[in-house]
Amino acid sequence: MDNKKAEILVIIPAYNEEKSIGKVIEEVKENAPEADIVVINDGSTDNTANVARRVGVKVISHPINLGAGAAIQTGYKYALRFPYRIIVQLDADGQHLPTYIHSLANVLKNNSADVVIGSRFLSNQKYNGPRIRKLGMKIFSVVTSFILRQKITDTSSGFRALKRGAVDFFSCIDYPPDFDDADLIILTHSAGFCIKEVPVAMNERESGKSAIAGTKLIYYGFKMLLSIMLTLLRGKPHKERRK
Amino acid sequence: MPLRQKILAISLSIGLIILIFELVRRKKLREEYSWLWMFTGVVIFILSIWYNLLVFITHLVGAVLPASTLFFFGIFFLVLINLYFSARVSTLSNQIKELAQKHALLESRIDEYYRKKKDEPED
Repeated sequence: MDNKKAEILVIIPAYNEEKSIGKVIEEVKENAPEADIVVINDGSTDNTANVARRVGVKVISHPINLGAGAAIQTGYKYALRFPYRIIVQLDADGQHLPTYIHSLANVLKNNSADVVIGSRFLSNQKYNGPRIRKLGMKIFSVVTSFILRQKITDTSSGFRALKRGAVDFFSCIDYPPDFDDADLIILTHSAGFCIKEVPVAMNERESGKSAIAGTKLIYYGFKMLLSIMLTLLRGKPHKERRK
Repeated sequence: MPLRQKILAISLSIGLIILIFELVRRKKLREEYSWLWMFTGVVIFILSIWYNLLVFITHLVGAVLPASTLFFFGIFFLVLINLYFSARVSTLSNQIKELAQKHALLESRIDEYYRKKKDEPED
């Protein structure tokens, strides 16, 4: 294991986010100066990697675009090389506010959870998304809460913090390569990890397009329902060590 | 079966089998896939020389015309082959993902190594 002193690693998966990534990294540095940052450049065709390198953070580039979930998993695999105890992931589009990194990390430090999700619905902020998306989020939140027997308000939030144990688990399983939302939360639960939500405020997207729009929205709904069903059918997941 | 039809079916199936052999021989098609296509060729060949078998199967499945039996099994077989390939593509995508991740992580380690080496003063 290499020597690194920081306790927290912030993973920022990025695909064509040259406009926002610089600012996001600066904000993370400002709000969590003690944390290490790694940008997973998921085969961007723009200048994302260079912009990130210029502000002095570690960049790992996929040779091809693999999907957001795969980028996160690469980040996990990287994290395990070092003795980080807490791994925080946030989007490169400026949606997630780095001011909340500590409120997520603190829950893990208190040992009251293994995985923490930043929920925009627990804060008083109003969510101004399209109605169909709101409805979808509501449905998945109800389904997930029912299965977990624990209230989960924001299943699609990519603003999460994980303990090392959870990261180790997710680095070895077949991590969903495209969307890692409700099905992943259920998987986390069935793997025996304790999940908590903390309220966070989120920005409207600063640039780029949401990964889930148009026909992808329909695919997303279908994929998620199927994936939830299969996750439940498969039962308790096991780690697949593929060395 | 009219003679012309028979000749056409036999020559097509023989052509198919030869083509598969040739592709495998030239290593354009891996042996692991060739059995599937070889099987198709052989089935077509058998049915074209043994028409009564087709009539028998038609009877067995309750179809009216031997042609519908052919079409039904033909399409069903194509569906199966497609499904098989979908499964293969899923496996391949997974393998590609693993490879690309490993590649990215290794590349970053190599970068780190050279940067460290560059920073070290040369003796």
